[in-house]
Amino acid sequence: MFELTPQDWTAVALSLRVAVVSTVVALPFGIAIATLLARKNFKGKSLVDAIVLLPLVLPPVVTGYLLLITFGRKAPVGAFLADYFGIVFSFRWTGAALACGIMAFPLMVRAIRLSIEAIDRRLEDAAATLGANRTWLFLTVTLPLALPGIIAGMMLAFARALGEFGATITFVSNIPGETQTISAAIYTLTQVPGGDAAALALVIVAVIISLAALIASEWLARRATARLHGS
Amino acid sequence: MASTPRDRAPAWVLIMLAVDVEKKLGAFALNAQFESESGATVLFGPSGAGKTSVINMIAGLLKPDRGRIVLDSDVLFDGAARIDVPVWRRRIGYVFQEGRLFPHLSVRHNLDYGRWMGGHAAAAAAFTHVVEMLDIGPLLDRRPGRLSGGERQRVAVGRALLMRPRLLLLDEPLASLDAARKQDILPYFERLRDEAKVPMIYVSHDAAEVRQIASRVVRLDGGKVTATGGVELLTA
Repeated sequence: MFELTPQDWTAVALSLRVAVVSTVVALPFGIAIATLLARKNFKGKSLVDAIVLLPLVLPPVVTGYLLLITFGRKAPVGAFLADYFGIVFSFRWTGAALACGIMAFPLMVRAIRLSIEAIDRRLEDAAATLGANRTWLFLTVTLPLALPGIIAGMMLAFARALGEFGATITFVSNIPGETQTISAAIYTLTQVPGGDAAALALVIVAVIISLAALIASEWLARRATARLHGS
Repeated sequence: MASTPRDRAPAWVLIMLAVDVEKKLGAFALNAQFESESGATVLFGPSGAGKTSVINMIAGLLKPDRGRIVLDSDVLFDGAARIDVPVWRRRIGYVFQEGRLFPHLSVRHNLDYGRWMGGHAAAAAAFTHVVEMLDIGPLLDRRPGRLSGGERQRVAVGRALLMRPRLLLLDEPLASLDAARKQDILPYFERLRDEAKVPMIYVSHDAAEVRQIASRVVRLDGGKVTATGGVELLTA
């Protein structure tokens, strides 16, 4: 009864690929922006903060539309990237990953920023007296101490990417095998009379993946926290 | 034969640290001049006298408004000449009041941290020597979270020593310990002065604690140096 069709499997595999790629690619940017917001005071900081948070408050369809007019084939940025780097987003799985990454970005930045703000800066002073320059200090003290927050941020981003629907479907449509993620596939199935039974199998898979991701990240975060506190 | 504190500083040593700094911290004005030589210089004074601010300026963690700090013949800070050597290039060891060990690293890796950052090859003899002098061998594979206050401070001293500092700053290193623990650790500081021969600036407000250690005393009060001399200055 809960059998997945080949097309379902394709959607599951695509969803995982999109979620993993968007999370991994967003991570360095997330760490950079989170560090900037946590540590630096500069003109226009509240503007940067607002822009980062924007995808969280905008209707996803609006974000998708903005992506379309920026990264579409005939849009300025999209055309430039396609001509000079051969990177095409529109109606490709890479576009789905971009949409998911942008939708997940505020959650990732927030989690990492909070953990960086919670770091005892006196430990960083101690590292500096021991000869650590800024780069080494960041890599050997700041990042390891922020690890629980980084794990939490990745988990949130992964979950958000897995569930992303509105921005993705607006930006790259709903093409089986290319941009049809689990969410889009479920949506498509429910639009067909009698399709809800077929959709149930995908729903169960989505629940299992989300649960597994949650348990894995809880376990990792507990381990990271334990490492920081002695055991 | 009893030795007077002045004898503890070798006679051939020239002035190695010269401090002349000014700094406004809110309503508090710090204006301190002193010089120190090898052995242990105790920066002595009541809480709020500006002792920690002074050694933070020597370490480079706090920037003076004006002044000059010279270690050996190396200018670390000169306000007029716009010289301000960054903390990580000063090679000045610092033992903080609260230890400040890295919680994510084992004791062994805490001890190795300064060597890593300095890019030095492992020096097993130096490591073993410091570990034995401070009796921290059994702690090497533990994490700082599992150490007692006294153990933590000994590891902090070892960590600062193993970076091969030109000068060691100790900011009330025993303040968080009870009296019995203080008596356990004080001898290690004497060994530090006599065996490791690293010049020290030792900050304290506790005359009894530093009497055994001081080669020289600088009294600080209300942000100003009020006297310099020997242990006779160690009165409350």
